[in-house]
Amino acid sequence: MLVLIPPPLQERPGYFGPYGGRYVPETLIPALEELEAAFWEAMADPGFLAELDHLLCTYAGRPTPLSEARRLSEVAGARILLKREDLAHTGAHKINNVLGQALLAKRLGKRRVVAETGAGQHGVATATACALLGLECVVYMGVTDMARQRPNVFRMRLLGAEVRPVDAGSRTLKDAINEAIRDWVTNVRTTHYLLGSALGPHPYPVIVRTFQSVIGVEARAQVLETFGRLPDVAVACVGGGSNAIGLFAAFLEDPVELIGVEAGGEGIQSGRHAARFADPQRGRSGVLHGTRTYILQDPWGQILETHSVSAGLDYPAVGPEHAWLRDQRRVRYTTVTDQEALSAFQTLARLEGIIPALESAHAIAEAIRISRERPGALVLVNLSGRGDKDLETVSVMIGEVAGCEG
Amino acid sequence: MRGVSAVRDAFRRARAESRAALILYWPVGYPDLATSVRLVVAMARSGADLIELGVPFSDPLADGPTIQRATYRALQQGVRTGEVLEAVARIREAGVEQPLCLMTYTNPVLAWGLEAFVESVQKHGADGLIVPDLPLEESAPFQSALGALGLAWVPLAAPTTPDARLAALAAGATGFLYFVSVTGITGARERLPDEVVGHLRRARRMADGVPVAVGFGVSRPEHVAWLATEADGVVVGSALIHRAESADFGGEAVEAFVRALRDAGRWALTDGLSPRSSRIGK
Ligand SMILES: Cc1ncc(COP(=O)(O)O)c(C=O)c1O
Repeated sequence: MLVLIPPPLQERPGYFGPYGGRYVPETLIPALEELEAAFWEAMADPGFLAELDHLLCTYAGRPTPLSEARRLSEVAGARILLKREDLAHTGAHKINNVLGQALLAKRLGKRRVVAETGAGQHGVATATACALLGLECVVYMGVTDMARQRPNVFRMRLLGAEVRPVDAGSRTLKDAINEAIRDWVTNVRTTHYLLGSALGPHPYPVIVRTFQSVIGVEARAQVLETFGRLPDVAVACVGGGSNAIGLFAAFLEDPVELIGVEAGGEGIQSGRHAARFADPQRGRSGVLHGTRTYILQDPWGQILETHSVSAGLDYPAVGPEHAWLRDQRRVRYTTVTDQEALSAFQTLARLEGIIPALESAHAIAEAIRISRERPGALVLVNLSGRGDKDLETVSVMIGEVAGCEG
Repeated sequence: MRGVSAVRDAFRRARAESRAALILYWPVGYPDLATSVRLVVAMARSGADLIELGVPFSDPLADGPTIQRATYRALQQGVRTGEVLEAVARIREAGVEQPLCLMTYTNPVLAWGLEAFVESVQKHGADGLIVPDLPLEESAPFQSALGALGLAWVPLAAPTTPDARLAALAAGATGFLYFVSVTGITGARERLPDEVVGHLRRARRMADGVPVAVGFGVSRPEHVAWLATEADGVVVGSALIHRAESADFGGEAVEAFVRALRDAGRWALTDGLSPRSSRIGK
């Protein structure tokens, strides 16, 4: 039977300490209340959990394996274990949440689904689930992201989704979310907003965390079974925070060090990054996309444009549960730069025969760093997705680097 | 008279003149700071009963393309919260007496600091606040900060808002209840849905005497005429921006449009239609 871990009972429902909440136009409140009720009903319904479990196992390829990265471990010093979300159908962890929410949409009688996407992985997963379940699908994507994740745009269209380019603001994930919310406000009676990360207004951070917790539940059991003990450290990259919270959910009560990796871009000093926690000048508590959390903003509360080589991490806010875990010091958040991620991307390819997503390469880079500091430690890394979508970006960057050196 | 009483008085006076209050929205800093101040003064001169001043925000998720474009331009001109407050002071210096409500998203207020912001709002001469991304459950701190200074809180409600919630929103509304005509975002519309009348009747019933204004999509004098007896006030925003743009931001064209909207808001008592009773400003 499928085991999922919703967040601990919240003192104020929808809040993680001071973070979270529901900062959206009144129009959406009834839909959020309806979604919340439907979610908890579904969680208590063995039929729903069985259907989701069936899809996860027979369609999405769960459980995903745990691979020991032997050659990487030899070089790095610790024992590095990879939770292989790259092997899930559509190539990333995003499918876990999407299948759960698509079943919820059906339960709610909604035949139309809108979604935002940055890297395109969430868009592809959503288009896939909609094809599978016969739902109409519209995906909003910033034009900058459409250019750098081209294969995924084509994939979504092949799957029957309509991809709507967003040519506003920074033309990335943030702007795609604005547009998806505007669509939802307009079509709320017929439409489910299938939000792709553990952010946004309550109940999304709760729903996404719960559906993604399958990663942590599986990984914990796999590590225990294979090594007879818990890992010392668990590492994941943090865009909105869904793959990270999905992994961490199973270890929050354990003596396991948890590390979330933000996109350091061109370095914190440069200001060109997406590290909400690492830049106290710009990363402050505020409200964006319906939730109170850490946000990269200017002194007047205008949201700043972010930069990361990886589209999936290129976002100015972070899920509210991460903000709380950070303040509680339960999770430590670090940063990895574009160049470090790129280097980890190549290292993993050469040493393990795995081409990771650029997002996941951030987690790999941190795992390598930790391994050098803590030789012999058991380090679990969430390999959140595969890198096929990034080949173009990487080939250009490697070309550039070579050009510089030559 | 400022704050809550100024806002309530604007509705009372319009009603005494047998018409719906005309509420206009303009984004401060569009197309530039000086022009926006000049246009707001022109609107006040030509018959606006209340003016909503838009504070530009980088991610205006309740706004359609027109206001997105306008506020983006304002941001590019360097207009931030401080400039908006300065603009309010300049509008007052120019002799505008009508109530002014700032329409802002939540984050710029939090960044400024809620208490300090509300004090500045009062000091510069504005009367109230409208925050489209702040629903009932999150609005208590805003309501109490405004209430402490006698400034007006203007909550929004939508066609999807159930009766009990309408009543709760109106109960907290010290200014008026802003009823959103459509499930959707701001932007001029050719037609408004027929259901809006039913929703407005419901909203007014639940509002228990608190004035109800209708906005989002209202574009033409005909719309205003149609809604004038169903709401205590009618809000026009994007259509006003379109009109100003097509006249190269000339004050005369804006004034003519404002006068037409105001005239359209008179109750058509001659067709035997009498306004639905409501008890404004108890
Ligand atoms: C492979 C992969 N990993 C990570 C992320 C970041 O998202 P999150 O922080 O929600 O896991 C994305 C987002 O698109 C992704 O595609």
